[in-house]
Amino acid sequence: MYKPNDLILRTTTSIIVFILLGFSIYLLLAGHNSPGGGFIGGLMTASAILLLYISYGSKAIEKILPINYRLLIPIGLLIALGTGIGSFFFNVPFLSQTFTYVQIPFFGKMELATAMLFDVGVYVTVLGVTLTIILSISRDQKS
Amino acid sequence: MTEIMLITALVLFGLASAITLVRIIIGPSLPDRIIALDMIGVILVSVVAVISVLLNTKAFLEVILILAILAFISTIAFARYIERGVVIERKRNR
Repeated sequence: MYKPNDLILRTTTSIIVFILLGFSIYLLLAGHNSPGGGFIGGLMTASAILLLYISYGSKAIEKILPINYRLLIPIGLLIALGTGIGSFFFNVPFLSQTFTYVQIPFFGKMELATAMLFDVGVYVTVLGVTLTIILSISRDQKS
Repeated sequence: MTEIMLITALVLFGLASAITLVRIIIGPSLPDRIIALDMIGVILVSVVAVISVLLNTKAFLEVILILAILAFISTIAFARYIERGVVIERKRNR
């Protein structure tokens, strides 16, 4: 009975996961003017968390990230629905969107759109659905 | 001139991936096939880079990073499956 040693995989994972999470946030924020968006950003975050699960095992990661991923699906859907309902307060049709230019310190003038909030809803929903599917399939083993 | 060079590079990449496909089909063992699949992923990254130079656009630069990440994660998962029999372990030995 040999004892497996994953030192290279674990050291590489702890570096690569930060790059992956940063890249997924970039994809989420860049979706308005270039390729990207909520869907692919959620998939990249899910793959980063999946890489953590593969290299560290599920018991250690459940201690580090105590998130019930099933709960993320209704949260994301409620965010997406809330951006639709919010347009009723301004007396415009459902899911109307608007944008404005805001002066933010250190970043300069930026365009902030309300379609971003809908994208965040899509992101959270995709993250929850993907990780729920993967983790509930992988739980079905004997040992 | 540059276009001819890029198209030549694409043809050579196609030749390399055809040779790799032969290794996937006749590969005697499972690790041979997995290494060949990883190599096809690397070739695809190069093909996307050459095509994005050829089409004179930078809309494909995210595809390169995503393909490299997915090839890495899938190779890790396959290797874990060959070595231990499971991809995600329930509890660690130590």
